[in-house]
Amino acid sequence: MAKLHITDREGVETVIEGEVGISVMENLRDNDYELEAICGGQCSCATCHIYIDDAWMAKIGARNDEENELLEELDCVQPNSRLSCQIEFTEDMDGLAIVIAPDE
Amino acid sequence: MTQTFIVVGAGHAGGQAVATLRSKGFDGRIILIGDERYVPYERPPLSKAVLAGELEVERTFLKKETWYPEKNIEFRPNTLVTKLDRKARTISTASGEVLGYDKLLLATGTRVRKLQAPGADLDNIFYLRALDDTLAIQRKMTPGTNVVIVGGGYIGLEVAAVAVKMGCTVTVLEGLERVMSRVVAPEVSAFYHHVHTDAGVVIKTGMAVTGFEGDGKVERVTCADDSVFAADLVVIGVGVLPNVELAAEGDLAVDNGIVVDEYGQTSDDNIWAAGDCTNHPNALLGRRLRLESVQNAVDQAKTAANAMCGELKPYSEIPWFWSDQYDLKLQIVGLSEPGDEVVIRGNPAERKFSALYLRHGKFVAINAINMIKDFMAAKKLIAEGKILDPDKAADAEIALKDM
Ligand SMILES: Cc1cc2nc3c(=O)[nH]c(=O)nc-3n(C[C@H](O)[C@H](O)[C@H](O)COP(=O)(O)OP(=O)(O)OC[C@H]3O[C@@H](n4cnc5c(N)ncnc54)[C@H](O)[C@@H]3O)c2cc1C
Ligand code: FES
Repeated sequence: MAKLHITDREGVETVIEGEVGISVMENLRDNDYELEAICGGQCSCATCHIYIDDAWMAKIGARNDEENELLEELDCVQPNSRLSCQIEFTEDMDGLAIVIAPDE
Repeated sequence: MTQTFIVVGAGHAGGQAVATLRSKGFDGRIILIGDERYVPYERPPLSKAVLAGELEVERTFLKKETWYPEKNIEFRPNTLVTKLDRKARTISTASGEVLGYDKLLLATGTRVRKLQAPGADLDNIFYLRALDDTLAIQRKMTPGTNVVIVGGGYIGLEVAAVAVKMGCTVTVLEGLERVMSRVVAPEVSAFYHHVHTDAGVVIKTGMAVTGFEGDGKVERVTCADDSVFAADLVVIGVGVLPNVELAAEGDLAVDNGIVVDEYGQTSDDNIWAAGDCTNHPNALLGRRLRLESVQNAVDQAKTAANAMCGELKPYSEIPWFWSDQYDLKLQIVGLSEPGDEVVIRGNPAERKFSALYLRHGKFVAINAINMIKDFMAAKKLIAEGKILDPDKAADAEIALKDM
């Protein structure tokens, strides 16, 4: 378990005990955050878009190619955009802060 | 007095609907009834990552098992609903239990179309619709197994891709002249045909399967042209039928699906329907249709659940869909029709191209193969009803979004 700080689409901030070994998307879904994640983590839909807190960017690492292509086409993409299904939540991400991006 | 909302069918739409009802603040009684033994789960991985043994079963669950009691949702697995009495506002289960509702959502999905042929009930002949089907098929799919797949649609081909990778000998028998003919243009069918053949899959088109033979379990598949294929395992994927019986017997309007309006409401004010089982209008497409996709199940379930909570937001989305085979990410947006002009951009030989479908110049659909940017751009352009110049569209150097 590690803490995950989440800001939802209404701007409300909460902290959950995240489950490690599954994706950030699955953590959000299991904890009822509004987020479509329609393709179930297959990197096919871009409906699991989040923003990573700048302080965490280096630690989280870079986007993969497919993820990059999906993200670049979104209207509300930012340098700190990621697809949450492509990030495995690990113990050393304790305290990670993310914002759920708007629904496009 | 607390109200009772019942959701029949614990699939993708049913699972999404109960989540939306609770997140909307509905605090009455929610009963979710499904005839399978699992909580609602995602079906797409059943013919992909789960079949390949790359994804654990629990990770396909839309919500964990513990979530339902936490949200005070009465989840009833292994329960078949057999009767709907609209006058009394009750449903009955196969075990004879009668439950009353204030509002009802039918999310009964589809079932596989069974092949009517001699020997179709032999052992080792499977259909793929549910998690238990996948697990049963997977157990039989050991290296060296002769797998015959009846039906060259996307599910059949996804199974073929997994099976050949696992070291099985794979033959696909398709009745029509080309694979995936229902959803893609001839150019795209030809491409997929080649990719599978290169991977070692034998594809036979124009094959009418006439029967199955064997001693207890299947050993051979016979066809109308007298050809015979050795088989240890047969997977049949020849389409699905909407589960409308409950609705029909309850005297709701049914016409290739449960007839609903743009809010998911049926011909009864207290009953909604969502997902694969509905025949619904789509303002963007300008017609009614029945769809088999997760996007539709999720979006329509949200619409119906919102409407059950009194919030009317019409459902209208350009349909989209995906299929993973080998290293190929196929993403489909919109609905193509036989007369559409097909424009190919990119290079099939590099396994990276798109087929764009134009109807009187209007961009109506796309099959994007490893062309993620095209898929994303197409979602917007198709919804806008963009007119494309075919020559310009064929130039993959120009980004689709800049057209
Ligand atoms: C192998 C496979 C691969 C797929 N791949 C993709 C893909 O890549 N992309 C995509 O978009 N879509 C895909 N789909 C389609 C997608 O899974 C469906 O469109 C989606 O599941 C529809 O959701 P639903 O809730 O309408 O129906 P379902 O998920 O079918 O759920 C309906 C449920 O209701 C139950 N039920 C029916 N009648 C009763 C009753 N009377 N009482 C109790 N329970 C009942 C059924 O048993 C079932 O569990 C795939 C489907 C399959 C089978
Ligand atoms: S869930 Fe579809 S891209 Fe992440």
